[in-house]
Amino acid sequence: MKRGLLGLLAGVVFFALPVFANDMAPDVLVKNVTSEVLDIVRKDKDIQSGNTKKSIELVDAKVLPHFNFKRMTQLALGREARKTTPEQLTVLAEEFKTLLVRTYAKALTEFRNQEVIFKPFKMEAADTDAKVRTEIRQSGGKPVPMDYYLEKLSSGWKVYDMEVGGVSLVTNYRSSFSQEIQANGIDGLIRSLQAKNKSTETVQKAK
Amino acid sequence: MFNMVKQTSGSVKKTVAVALLAAALSGCATSGNQKDPVEGFNRAMFSFNEGLDAVIIKPVAQGYDAVMPSPVRTGVTNFFGNIADFFIGVNNLLQGKPTEAASDIGRVLVNSTIGLLGVIDVASNMGMEKHEEDFGQTFGRWGVGDGAYVVVPVFGPRTVRDTAGLVLDVAADPVAHVDHVPTRNSLLVLRVVDTRADMLPADKVIEEAALDKYAYVRDGYLQRRRNLIHDGNAPREKAD
Repeated sequence: MKRGLLGLLAGVVFFALPVFANDMAPDVLVKNVTSEVLDIVRKDKDIQSGNTKKSIELVDAKVLPHFNFKRMTQLALGREARKTTPEQLTVLAEEFKTLLVRTYAKALTEFRNQEVIFKPFKMEAADTDAKVRTEIRQSGGKPVPMDYYLEKLSSGWKVYDMEVGGVSLVTNYRSSFSQEIQANGIDGLIRSLQAKNKSTETVQKAK
Repeated sequence: MFNMVKQTSGSVKKTVAVALLAAALSGCATSGNQKDPVEGFNRAMFSFNEGLDAVIIKPVAQGYDAVMPSPVRTGVTNFFGNIADFFIGVNNLLQGKPTEAASDIGRVLVNSTIGLLGVIDVASNMGMEKHEEDFGQTFGRWGVGDGAYVVVPVFGPRTVRDTAGLVLDVAADPVAHVDHVPTRNSLLVLRVVDTRADMLPADKVIEEAALDKYAYVRDGYLQRRRNLIHDGNAPREKAD
């Protein structure tokens, strides 16, 4: 009886907590995160005037937990991914994360009066892969589609690719990555990513 | 003023010279990218275009962006968008999409009248969505392969197919056919500046994102064109 109660308690602790994130459908997740982040950006004069540091903090806190950077890195590496050791992949994913977070944060500082529309979403209950389609509308311009690709992991739905107007922010790196790897190996790519991240850091500090 | 013009043309000459020198030096340096067999030439042209942009087009666009109130900006963009809609309709027709073509022509009719010569995009509010078509996409729809990637002087990234499309786009451009030359030239300049000003925010993001700006722009262009030809429903490329 006692054991049964303990088991029940353990069950509650282990399963009930992550249920919130697990249960959230991919479209709801994208909608919640997008709305929350944009609400903050709309109210934050610092971010609007180009304070990248503040914008990075926002992305770190609200967006990052829902991204799968290892998968993104593998996707960007394409067939070169096979050449990496697990350690190299971890370092690469860390550097690539920094680069993508900065890019995303920079884009947020450019956000003005655009409106995000969430397109109708359909999926089967058993699906483990989903595409959530949104659209950025702005006056005087054609709407820009922005699509999120998510996969279901034990920790919930995670974004592994984003497409803006059909351009994947992840696979767009594939040919420059493979060019770098062919010239200077995986470690060469790691070095050039580190150099790139360092250079934008200095620029931001100088500002 | 004269001094400034002189200085600017001096920098342009310098840029041209640097670009040509770079082209000569890197002529044989190709990385073996299948889509980009003339990478050495393209990289040189890319830096030439970047130089031209940095010296003339971007500063003017920044000034325009700073001075023009946002509603005026939107009006100008809409005005040129309305002129473009006619040939977008023609291209949709050539691609066998009569419904889209009819909507494009409907947009021109509505916006040219109720929308005060295209300045207000009434049609979008009525649910007639703006499309993006050109002759390069029409060729793509007809099954013409895209061919090598080329960076065209001044116009920027294209493929061989899209360069052929560009020739037709320019030939069919209503603005280029305005009889009154000063009006025509002013309109052409205004359109370049307005288009460039619209791209200023994207600029900063690309600078932040790109490891190698040339490759980033090239691959982005190729992905974007592929997506446009499939009207936003391009099949996803394989993982490797």
